[in-house]
Amino acid sequence: MPAIQSPEESIQPDNSQPVEIHPDVALVARAKEGDSSAFEQLVRQYDRQIFRVAQHITQNREDAEDITQDVFFKAYQKLEQFQGNSKFSTWLVRIAVNESLMRLRKRKTSKTVSMDEDVHTEEGSIPRDFAEWRPNPEQLYGQGELADILRKTIQGLPPGFRTVFTLRDVENLSTEETAEALGLSVPAVKSRLLRARLQLRERLSRYFKQSNPLQALEGKSR
Amino acid sequence: MTCTDFLAKLTDFFDGNVPPALMAEVEQHISECKHCEVVLDSTTKTINIYRDSEIYDFPPELQQRLESAIMTRCCGPRDTTK
Repeated sequence: MPAIQSPEESIQPDNSQPVEIHPDVALVARAKEGDSSAFEQLVRQYDRQIFRVAQHITQNREDAEDITQDVFFKAYQKLEQFQGNSKFSTWLVRIAVNESLMRLRKRKTSKTVSMDEDVHTEEGSIPRDFAEWRPNPEQLYGQGELADILRKTIQGLPPGFRTVFTLRDVENLSTEETAEALGLSVPAVKSRLLRARLQLRERLSRYFKQSNPLQALEGKSR
Repeated sequence: MTCTDFLAKLTDFFDGNVPPALMAEVEQHISECKHCEVVLDSTTKTINIYRDSEIYDFPPELQQRLESAIMTRCCGPRDTTK
């Protein structure tokens, strides 16, 4: 799999332009030399993202807290192995995904949880609900209520689909970065992403579509 | 273009990876097929809602506690007497 290079790290074709290095590269270099404040800065930059990824995959807050600690501890121990061929954040996310899936496996001791477990799930591959959505569906609900709906809905996705959707659409990784972080091919990511998006769309449709007259009225009154 | 062809191109469409010639076909299909127009609109909204919503809160106290625990695990307890 080709290494992912961030735009900031790429060599400019025009030699008169200075080559921009991603700020993380310098922080990682300092951390490798034992500068704990540099590592602390990396922790501050990415702990929220790692926590969010872990919570999305495990759906458990305590697990997400433990995983966040474990991810940075492992990263610190393996810092020498980070060669800078990918973004530091993608490297961290990859560790977080592995730790989260391992945590799910431990929870379901009799059942294997892997990125391949739900590949054959056909549900959601074909759209069934064709009702139009409200123009601004998020405005139909209060912030807390909306968050509940979104949590409940994503919780129902198989872990493999949830993970792909989280990295690509919540964390905004590119399709290639998502593939790299999950150790999957780009076509496999695209296929799972399509199913994940369509399944979520189908499940959210019951809350956001226009055909519910009660919701339509409530929406108009806000 | 059929609805199945459209669905097969949906991920590339969101990635902006549809070649111009094929893009014209996609747009033509959407303009003629209400179902696919709805699927595109609601899938776009699905992505945007999740992208824009912080569904798991990460309060400053938790962040501070985690950072402190991580730094202690990695670098040992700090000397707070300085």
